[in-house]
Amino acid sequence: MHNIKVLLVDDEREFSETLIKRMKKRNVDITGVRGGEEALQTLDQSPIDVVILDVRMPGMDGIETLRALKKRHPLIEVIMLTGHASVEVAVQGMEFGAFDYLMKPMQIDDLLYKIQDAHQQKIIQEQKIDNIKRMTSGRE
Amino acid sequence: MAADKHYKSLMKSMFLIGVVVPLIPMVLVSGIILYQSRVSYKKEIRAHLEEVIQKSTEHIDRFLEDKLADISMMADTFNFQQLTDEFFLVEMLNRLQKHYGHVFSDLEVIDDEGVRVAYAGPHKSENPRHLKTDWYREAMSTGYVISHMPSGLADIPFIIIAVRKNKMEKDWVLRTGIDRDVFSRVVKETVTGRGGSAFIIDRDGQYQVGSIHHIDHGERSLMDFLGITEGARDIFMVQRTDGSGHKNIYVTGFLKGGDWALVYYQRASEAFSGLIKTEMIALTVILIVGLLIVANTLSLSKKMLRRIQQADKEKQKRSEQMFQTGKLASIGELAAGIAHEINNPVAIMVEEAGWIDDLLEEEEFQESKNLGEFRRALRQIRTQGERCKEITHKLLSFARKTDSRIETIRLNELIEDMVTISAKRARFSGIIINMEIKKDLPPIEVSPTELQQVLLNLINNALDAMEKKGGILSISARLEEDHVVIEVSDDGVGIPEDNISQIFDPFFTTKPVGKGTGLGLSICYGIIKKLGGEISVRSVIDKGSTFCIRLPLKGSGKNNVEEASRILNSQQ
Repeated sequence: MHNIKVLLVDDEREFSETLIKRMKKRNVDITGVRGGEEALQTLDQSPIDVVILDVRMPGMDGIETLRALKKRHPLIEVIMLTGHASVEVAVQGMEFGAFDYLMKPMQIDDLLYKIQDAHQQKIIQEQKIDNIKRMTSGRE
Repeated sequence: MAADKHYKSLMKSMFLIGVVVPLIPMVLVSGIILYQSRVSYKKEIRAHLEEVIQKSTEHIDRFLEDKLADISMMADTFNFQQLTDEFFLVEMLNRLQKHYGHVFSDLEVIDDEGVRVAYAGPHKSENPRHLKTDWYREAMSTGYVISHMPSGLADIPFIIIAVRKNKMEKDWVLRTGIDRDVFSRVVKETVTGRGGSAFIIDRDGQYQVGSIHHIDHGERSLMDFLGITEGARDIFMVQRTDGSGHKNIYVTGFLKGGDWALVYYQRASEAFSGLIKTEMIALTVILIVGLLIVANTLSLSKKMLRRIQQADKEKQKRSEQMFQTGKLASIGELAAGIAHEINNPVAIMVEEAGWIDDLLEEEEFQESKNLGEFRRALRQIRTQGERCKEITHKLLSFARKTDSRIETIRLNELIEDMVTISAKRARFSGIIINMEIKKDLPPIEVSPTELQQVLLNLINNALDAMEKKGGILSISARLEEDHVVIEVSDDGVGIPEDNISQIFDPFFTTKPVGKGTGLGLSICYGIIKKLGGEISVRSVIDKGSTFCIRLPLKGSGKNNVEEASRILNSQQ
């Protein structure tokens, strides 16, 4: 798990701090930010594989952040976290390219599995792109 | 009940207004017309009667004056010697009687001493002295007299007519008597054909002639009763109620220079019979019209009251439904809030518990003898966190759009599916499930997911009600016109009457804490309303409860679905 770089975007300090501690204990390379703008800045500076994104946040909310993020970094996979069972938001998230979504409170193991799956997906995507690049460069 | 009172007073005021408004002008107008016609009719009658009396008095006066003139002419024509010859006098009487009939009953010549000198007539044997009598004195002083009755002449009631003549310094008097019956006939003739009677009295109220026997003037004197005053000369009319209670009119005219009064009287009812008849007809018509108005208003206001009551009932029903819908909508709003506000702290708690769990993995804690207790407590925190999540999620089914797509489904299969799901639990509690589902139920347009949820909820509630002692769960479905009626009955504990009205309210539950959220039936209510149907319950304590769902066959609930989702969405 240590090779997966995870970014947690959640405005609730208590929740994210504990989650980060637990993730780190499970050797996940995780950092946390408070909001959408901060997340986008971090992504510009350091490479991230999977983003865990809370849907309800003050300022830029989850869906807005997701759209901006996917625009700039289409390969980064996003797992949505919802505080309530708003199916519409979940569906919207999936439509905008989220990998999956989870409902709070969640089992930590579920989150870990989803992170792994998302990472796997990212690797596959990257490999596909590499293949295409190679094919096109080979042709030249 | 207050409502009954309200309707009663409403009915009363509607009725009163409906009756009074048309009746007042009708009564006023017809009253004025009747009064006016009565006044003018009475005036007319009075004028007519007064004219009759006027003519009568004139007629009687003329009659008497004629007779006086006859006697006067006789006294002038023949001298004292001739008239004192009894044979001549008899001859004269005969001639008069031959000429006028038996108007003149006798003839008498009296000297200035009041002594009879000659006489012709039926009372020959008498030899009265006239010196002291009123009529003789009056004749001597004024030259003539038409006397009152009784004349004082041998108690024979006739009118005396006498003239005084002069013969060589000596006065003498020629007197005749007018037959009472003849005079009476003259009086009667003047008023014949009018239905009333007439009589003559003198100024002292002394009866002269005519029919007076019908007059019962009681304790009052006749003059007072008739209203004849001392100096009266003109004809006047009075209306009196006599001693026997009859209303009469009395018309009095004066004759003989005011010495006599001719009184004509008649029953008022007779005199005014034309008026009374007209009034009776008018009153009958008014009464009939009035009754028609009353009856019409009564039926109209009853009809209106029924309409109002019905409208009120519908309004109340609608507002109750609105209230229920509103409650559900506000629950939706609340639920969304709770989900946000509760779920996050719960998530943090669960996360913190998870962190402690993680830390317990470390070596230093492995030795602790309470390690097991720690783990149990943490597990409990996790379980309770999950429970919180479940409750908030259930709450959210108000706010959230569930799968409410309308499909055409076969009800039989849907119900059988639901029974299969519940069959295991029923068996454990010793409950027999009895199905009475008509095979020929037509397909129905509903949201299957939602209807399943409703049925499952009702079945589970029924099973809960019979959990302790078992029983029979009956599920029936049948067609009623364009509705399908589904009934879920149990013979369990029943619902107390106080709770029936609240049973569809959100958060209303009688189950022990932690067992029920109190949302099941209110969700059912919301769903069935959304589908355009009705859900109702009847229950008897210790006998069981029956929940009854009526659903329309065709998707008449479509508008309601849109309506409901609109309401719910606006609340989010």
